[in-house]
Amino acid sequence: MSEIVIKVKDLVKKFGNFVANDHLCFEVYKGEIFGFLGANGAGKTTAIKILCGLSKPTSGEINVAGFDAYHETEKIKKSIGYMSQKFSLYEDLTITENIRFYGGIYGLSAKEIKLRTADLLEKLNLTEAKDKLIKDLPLGWRQKLAFSVAILHQPKIVFLDEPTGGVDPITRRQFWNMIYEAAHNGITVFVTTHYMDEAEYCNRVSIMVDGKIAALDTPENLMKTFQVENMEKVFLKLARG
Amino acid sequence: MKRFKGFVIKEFYHIFRDYRTMVILFGMPFVQILIFGFAITNEIKNAGIAILDNSKDAVTQKITNKILSSDYFKLEKNLINYSEIEDNFRKGKIKEVIVFEHDFAKKLEKEKKAGIQIIADASDPNTASMLSSYTLSIINSYQQEMMKYQKFPMQIEPEVKMLYNEELKGVFMFVPGTITILLMLISAMMTSISITREKELGTMEVLLVSPLKPMQIIIGKVFPYIFIAFSIAIIILLMGFTVFGMPVQGNLLLLLGECLLFIIMALSLGIFISTLCKTQQIAMMISMFALMLPTILLSGFIFPIENMPVPLQILSNIVPTRWFIIIIKAILLKGVGIAYIWKETLVIAGMTVIFIGLSIKKFKVRLS
Amino acid sequence: MSEIAISANNLTKKYGEITAVNGLSFEIKKAELFGFIGPDGAGKTTLFRILSTLLLPDSGNATLAGFDVVNDYKKIRNIIGYMPGRFSLYQDLSVEENLKFFATIFGTTIKENYELIKDIYIQIEPFKTRPAGKLSGGMKQKLALCCALIHKPEVLVLDEPTTGVDAVSRKEFWEMLKRLKESGITIIVSTPYMDEAGLCDRVSLIQGGNIMSTDTPANIIKAFNKTLFAVKSHEMYRLMQDLHEWDATETTYLFGQHIHLTIQKGNKSEIAAFLTDKQHKEVEIQEIEPNIEDSFMRLMSKH
Repeated sequence: MSEIVIKVKDLVKKFGNFVANDHLCFEVYKGEIFGFLGANGAGKTTAIKILCGLSKPTSGEINVAGFDAYHETEKIKKSIGYMSQKFSLYEDLTITENIRFYGGIYGLSAKEIKLRTADLLEKLNLTEAKDKLIKDLPLGWRQKLAFSVAILHQPKIVFLDEPTGGVDPITRRQFWNMIYEAAHNGITVFVTTHYMDEAEYCNRVSIMVDGKIAALDTPENLMKTFQVENMEKVFLKLARG
Repeated sequence: MKRFKGFVIKEFYHIFRDYRTMVILFGMPFVQILIFGFAITNEIKNAGIAILDNSKDAVTQKITNKILSSDYFKLEKNLINYSEIEDNFRKGKIKEVIVFEHDFAKKLEKEKKAGIQIIADASDPNTASMLSSYTLSIINSYQQEMMKYQKFPMQIEPEVKMLYNEELKGVFMFVPGTITILLMLISAMMTSISITREKELGTMEVLLVSPLKPMQIIIGKVFPYIFIAFSIAIIILLMGFTVFGMPVQGNLLLLLGECLLFIIMALSLGIFISTLCKTQQIAMMISMFALMLPTILLSGFIFPIENMPVPLQILSNIVPTRWFIIIIKAILLKGVGIAYIWKETLVIAGMTVIFIGLSIKKFKVRLS
Repeated sequence: MSEIAISANNLTKKYGEITAVNGLSFEIKKAELFGFIGPDGAGKTTLFRILSTLLLPDSGNATLAGFDVVNDYKKIRNIIGYMPGRFSLYQDLSVEENLKFFATIFGTTIKENYELIKDIYIQIEPFKTRPAGKLSGGMKQKLALCCALIHKPEVLVLDEPTTGVDAVSRKEFWEMLKRLKESGITIIVSTPYMDEAGLCDRVSLIQGGNIMSTDTPANIIKAFNKTLFAVKSHEMYRLMQDLHEWDATETTYLFGQHIHLTIQKGNKSEIAAFLTDKQHKEVEIQEIEPNIEDSFMRLMSKH
């Protein structure tokens, strides 16, 4: 748990006069499940974009998977996986076509793609459905598949932006089991969610309020500090000020 | 009524806030007219012509002078016999040849009739038709001058011959054409897009659940575009008049009335399209491919309908713009009244009724 | 209070082979805050669209304030406030223009019903000239609610108003609904967030087009007729796997920092023995009261 894969020091991002990220500082360790919480508009999305190499920070020291977020964004992109609720897979392609496409853009060889596809389909029990279009799959399956695809190239870090929105509670748990397994295998998981019970599944949680990190600790310690019995109350206490 | 007014106000907000589209809509007529117009006016100035004067008398000399004293023509060569005509056209220096028949002045006096042949290089049909019509009008005005001094009417009989494209029936077309295309584009495409946008955004759901009647929703959506389309038609006519001195020959009110009818037809077509599509993208594609291409290609704007293969000629009958181009040409250029174009007007009115009927049938008070 | 505001009888709607809503029946009382709780694809949106007269059911019938949703749709459209799942206001119109527009199409004015929306509108009033598209998620929901309320509807139909909204805004939103309910408006809400069930008077748990249970949240929890344990150890991932493979396990679900476990038979000490056997340390085992989500999952696995 000691190797640092994301290191952020004094990250500032401004849009004109508006400070979206105000001196963020945190470190994320290898194999950790890191919860990144905050109200709508608190600056989460901005920070994630910077960490994924999609947007340049205004100032600060940011290192993701060993690469600098100013100059080595292409290398960062190669070593991370990304999945969000809104965009994950192409609905008009079949399961195998999607896997092949993502494997392709991350530069896996045809042989590797074939191998991993078979593995993945078996693990998700989708072998029989492999030629189905994504749009014909239930949401829960889609999200599980999307996650598997996001870690197909075995990235160092995977960013999950509200991955379980609207998914039924059982599938949601199956999804989290997959997250645990990935973390167990050494992939760092960086996740945002609006489900506060999910915040408790994380090893550590940071909560953003108005562009700043208002708290960062294990869920247990946070609950102790704020003397409440669950993460939702921690969140409400912080966000309401 | 108050509800309807509120709805229309909202539509105007949408339209005026989308200032990019506004700029395109109102900029387009200017750009199109200027491109079409100046490309053509430049050529008409000092166009090279040749004259074959078989008579060489006082009258032919007067007519020749009158033609050459205008800015449009420049005499490149005097020809001696017919065989030279083809040769000179081929060299490309001249665009028109004017031929006076033998004993022109004598015939005019004795028989009260004399012939002039105008031969134009119709490989460039627009220029050819313009040159010949300019020449004709100069000859006409000469004739009218002469009439003042003569007791008996006499007639110069000009005969126009188009070389290389003898079937050409085109006339000065671009103003009617631009009006037609733009009205079609704005009315049909913009309404179909603005209605499908509400579907896409999900606001249509809220509107349907409100006490607004479907008719109010549709008319409210369409209403602002009548104004916009109409003002664009007027802009084009004004530009045609100011930039090219192209007066409206016929009744202006009739012309505007026909424009209004055509706009309503195009709007109802737009509504009909929107009832078929779920997204703006599809509405746009349908408007582009199902409307724009036939409007340009099959309406007789660019390619004369008479020259098309028979199946396309038949197909062109269902293209609304084909009929409108006939109407607008007739009023704008020939100055005819409703008596000559009632059939075409009826066709467009009929199409309007059909599209409105179909839209009402297809428009649902519910989702899908 | 026993007057029926909404009733549905055997409502069914199919899309091709998929049955979105499968023979639903329920009754909702006047001034009740009623929740439909279920994941995406459970049929909530289809049901709400049928109730708002936007879709026709294939079979069955429903009434709103005594009006039939198929035949009397015009009357219903005058008395309901509907807020669809997606944000559906005009993004290019300002907050105030949106509100004004919806007031006019319902033949009223902002002033006339200001009392009703005052509490909510005050929070967004500072931004009234801002285009609706530029509001934050929570504020958009508040504006949409104002627009749905502006004509003083008898019934408020809110399709997933809190989806994608952060916990703070969600809480505020529910507080607003509580206050609206006091003023006599019947409110039906759908939500995928199980924890919101507790905020409703009564709920229907809905999954795959079927209602699994309709009752007060307290009664639904009571119906969980099984002892539920919360288990924890120093190594959660292995604990999960071990419990999953244990013969005695009936269900095992991750829940925050704990695993919620039901076993076929036996008690706490047997679980403790098993975990010691598997060399788990810092083991905590507690008997706990189930919550709605536990009940939902239990009902799901039964159906």
